[in-house]
Amino acid sequence: MKEYQTITEISGPLVFVETDEPVGYDDIVEIELSDGETRRGQVLESASDYVAIQVFEGTEGIDRDASVRFLGETMKMPVTEDLLGRVMDGTGQPIDGGPEIVPDERRDIVGEAINPFSREYPEEFIQTGVSAIDGMNTLVRGQKLPIFSASGLPHNDLALQIARQATVPEEEEEGDDDEGSEFAVIFGAMGITAEEANEFMDDFERTGALERSVVFMNLADDPAVERTITPRLALTTAEYLAFEKDYHVLVILTDMTNYCEALREIGAAREEVPGRRGYPGYMYTDLAQLYERAGRIEGREGSVTQLPILTMPGDDDTHPIPDLTGYITEGQIYIDRDLNSQGIQPPINVLPSLSRLMDDGIGEGLTRADHADVKDQIFAAYAEGEDLRDLVNIVGREALSELDNKYLDFADRFEEEFVDQGTDTARSIDETLELGWDLLSMLPKDALNRIDEDLIEEHYREDETAETVEAEA
Amino acid sequence: MSQATDTDVREDGIIESVSGPVVTARDLDARMNDVVYVGSEGLMGEVIEIEGNITTIQVYEETSGVSPGEPVEGTGSPLSVDLGPGMLDAIYDGVQRPLDVLEEKMGSAFLDRGVDAPGIDLEKTWEFTPEVDEGDEVEAGDIVGTVPETPSIDHKVMVPPDSEGGEVVAIESGNFNVEETVVELDNGEEIQMHQEWPVRQQRPTVEKETPTEPLISGQRVLDGLFPIAKGGTAAIPGPFGSGKTVTQHQLAKWADADIVVYVGCGERGNEMTEVIEDFPELEDPTTGNALMDRTCLIANTSNMPVAARESCVYTGITIAEYFRDMGYDVALMADSTSRWAEAMREISSRLEEMPGEEGYPAYLSARLSEFYERAGYFENINGTEGSVSVIGAVSPPGGDFSEPVTQNTLRIVKTFWALDADLAERRHFPSINWNESYSLYRDQLDPWFEDNVRADWPETRQWAIDTLDEEAELQEIVQLVGKDALPEDQQLTLEIARYLREAWLQQNAFHDVDTFCEPEKTYRIMDAAKTYNDAAFEALDAGVPVEEITDIDAAPRLNRIGVQEDYNEYIDDLEDDIESQLRELY
Ligand SMILES: Nc1ncnc2c1ncn2[C@@H]1O[C@H](COP(=O)(O)OP(=O)(O)OP(=O)(O)O)[C@@H](O)[C@H]1O
Ligand SMILES: [Mg+2]
Repeated sequence: MKEYQTITEISGPLVFVETDEPVGYDDIVEIELSDGETRRGQVLESASDYVAIQVFEGTEGIDRDASVRFLGETMKMPVTEDLLGRVMDGTGQPIDGGPEIVPDERRDIVGEAINPFSREYPEEFIQTGVSAIDGMNTLVRGQKLPIFSASGLPHNDLALQIARQATVPEEEEEGDDDEGSEFAVIFGAMGITAEEANEFMDDFERTGALERSVVFMNLADDPAVERTITPRLALTTAEYLAFEKDYHVLVILTDMTNYCEALREIGAAREEVPGRRGYPGYMYTDLAQLYERAGRIEGREGSVTQLPILTMPGDDDTHPIPDLTGYITEGQIYIDRDLNSQGIQPPINVLPSLSRLMDDGIGEGLTRADHADVKDQIFAAYAEGEDLRDLVNIVGREALSELDNKYLDFADRFEEEFVDQGTDTARSIDETLELGWDLLSMLPKDALNRIDEDLIEEHYREDETAETVEAEA
Repeated sequence: MSQATDTDVREDGIIESVSGPVVTARDLDARMNDVVYVGSEGLMGEVIEIEGNITTIQVYEETSGVSPGEPVEGTGSPLSVDLGPGMLDAIYDGVQRPLDVLEEKMGSAFLDRGVDAPGIDLEKTWEFTPEVDEGDEVEAGDIVGTVPETPSIDHKVMVPPDSEGGEVVAIESGNFNVEETVVELDNGEEIQMHQEWPVRQQRPTVEKETPTEPLISGQRVLDGLFPIAKGGTAAIPGPFGSGKTVTQHQLAKWADADIVVYVGCGERGNEMTEVIEDFPELEDPTTGNALMDRTCLIANTSNMPVAARESCVYTGITIAEYFRDMGYDVALMADSTSRWAEAMREISSRLEEMPGEEGYPAYLSARLSEFYERAGYFENINGTEGSVSVIGAVSPPGGDFSEPVTQNTLRIVKTFWALDADLAERRHFPSINWNESYSLYRDQLDPWFEDNVRADWPETRQWAIDTLDEEAELQEIVQLVGKDALPEDQQLTLEIARYLREAWLQQNAFHDVDTFCEPEKTYRIMDAAKTYNDAAFEALDAGVPVEEITDIDAAPRLNRIGVQEDYNEYIDDLEDDIESQLRELY
């Protein structure tokens, strides 16, 4: 292994080194500072006489005398089932004082693309116990479903609630408890505050979830460039547990916004032509290489489900980070500031939220035969009520028809009863759908044009309308 | 991808630098757009720039670990596809490597590097039936025989377009693989079922004709309001989650094309898996055979190498042109052309080219028009007629249609299906905005609808458009004063327009019956709404209050027509009930 002391330039997170032997693109580099400290980095560009290196731990304190060693391989993650229960920093070094990790395998962290021909279409319903998700935007195993949030909103509570409550009802019934496919959580934190980190760790410890979790922590005061590898370590571990060890893995990545900021910083340091709002033009591809690592594979037991969290700068979903994410992931869950200030918990706005894999994951034999129709009708009715809220501010309730007034009541009750369930309640899909029918029965049967007539006969509560009419009278 | 056969001997080069998908090589003797093999693993790439002694290559595979000093080997041929029987029912990556073969060769569900495979099975034998006799004169493009490729499609074996032609001196009949000679000409030329064609070059035709037949999609809002012609072009722009892919899938399933080429360009893996799992089980509404029998899939998902994203649309359109040459109507869907444009941008920026608008290369507009120009209704060089229709999804950042890819595409295509986030949010699907969308084919396709559906198709449609337009204007007033402040006739128009939206424009892609709507049914639903309209206005004129008119219990049944299989009877009854219930009111 050749050692160079030929650093020519240090700029932002980048170091340029003159070389006289070829170095592989993406290879890992060790830089030893004069005080003996070693930092790690990765080759971003390799030419015949120089290389550009991105230093994970930052370039602070590096000078031109530092020595540079090229390890001749790309970044690897040592994986083993024993990682479960362990806490590591953002570069994969254990920080929990536990025993040394004896790897089963060392895997390239960039990961290879799953051959689309080898995938299995995800359609196994995950019951999160959250009505706004299960009923309206159902999550399935192997899906990538981000939470679109913003600063100051309780996205972490929702992620934790899902991690705590998620079950697959069918397996429960079959008594498929501890043996067989187990459930594991991988938590990849990028640039979150120590406080947020504690919130997660406390919850993991309180509920005993830590035992079946692997935690990667890059905190707000850890080097930014390191954030570009943290999710890759997390996903490499997830793939190993899912596709080698048959686990159903839930990967929570937070906060993707910090990850993207790190990408932008590196791009700027390389003086690349920036794309929208200064983010690199290849950010779509880069994010896709993370998000597409969710899924199922034909003939394998396990699955990788991703729940990335991102905070939208300025609550703006056209910002490149949520925008590109939405273009890659299979839907999104919106956390809403207004609902939050009304005290609705979890404050999920179902209208812009979406689960693209829902259609194949619900219905008879999966959830319930009336699920799709009920969902469509609730969406339509809630959207109608939402629209009318603007109008009612101008003209008042009296100027609206009886039906319009019902839509307004529907929208209110939907938020207060269906969405607002608190962070500790887990509802079964049956409870969620029955609640849906309670609300829909406020509307006349005729108005339920998205629901099959037989299903209306079966589920519609005849007395409900009478009640509301009386109440109004 | 084609395995280069007629290789000239050329000098190999040495890698000079590596930066993501872009590699430069020194001393490589290659032509522009030649395929080369890069590094000791032999990764496939294409020459995209030559400057003095330095050749720049875009590499179709991941370049991690590749280092300067490794060899680069030229093939002497441009990026080409393998053409011949075996392309239907296949699923390829962006450079036409069959993904099932890759899985087998790599022995893994993950895509490894440096594995090549021909686009069609070179060993499989096909039953060749000659269409010409010894002594016949044949020219370039002529059909010399057929092969039953799938239950739906007879593959026509053609004299390659670059052949000189001549007299047939020998012709075979029976089972052959694609590399065996089936026809021999007097000048010694041997014709096999296998051809190659460079993807960036349009296949020759005699001329482009004006399309007069619609590509029936089975989607009411498209066939009814914004039809595309066979040989036409369409763009579907829309923000994420607004329904581009579902619309493209619906077209791939139900459009009355002979052949469908579906290009998944830089989008989700699971969406391709969905097609692979669903299509073999779905029936082609025209032939009754499995849909997969007429489909060729190209899947270069977002996590697959970016350079192959740039090439996948060309791979797709070349395959489409080849089937067009046989006289077939081919429909190509590209989801999403924005990813293709972004791949161009990424490569261009690594080449440090002068960026144009929003960082896209200055040649973005030229590339887009070159691509869409390959669509059309053509007279082929063998005298047959065939068409390639191209439907491109566009994914504008932030859903803003003023961005360069959308704008440059709209300058070329003739059908614009504008997706609307607001409609999608309220789950009005397909969320195609009827005020913003247009089809410039409407007038030239009207005769077809008059002859094949109903003579008053154009008038009835015009009534629907007027009603929807009026609704849009009235809605603005309603937003300010509420519905009840409107005069009765306008309240009634709003109610009729609502049925047009809910019963006619809305269509659930996931409902077994509603997913496909034949033109006759499209007409009848629209006409049923008009029947209600006409009878309702008569009642209003007779002095019946508007609430009573809109309250009749037959009316909501309009919304149920979509899901009726035997819709004719249902609509007949419904129209009768509407008319008699309204009659009773005065
Ligand atoms: N015709 C339709 N019928 C029923 N549902 C639909 C229809 N079109 C779209 N949808 C719903 O909208 C969701 C999103 O649609 P789709 O995946 O086509 O969006 P997209 O525009 O391709 O988004 P992206 O740009 O992110 O790929 C679907 O998962 C489906 O639930
Ligand atoms: Mg899509």
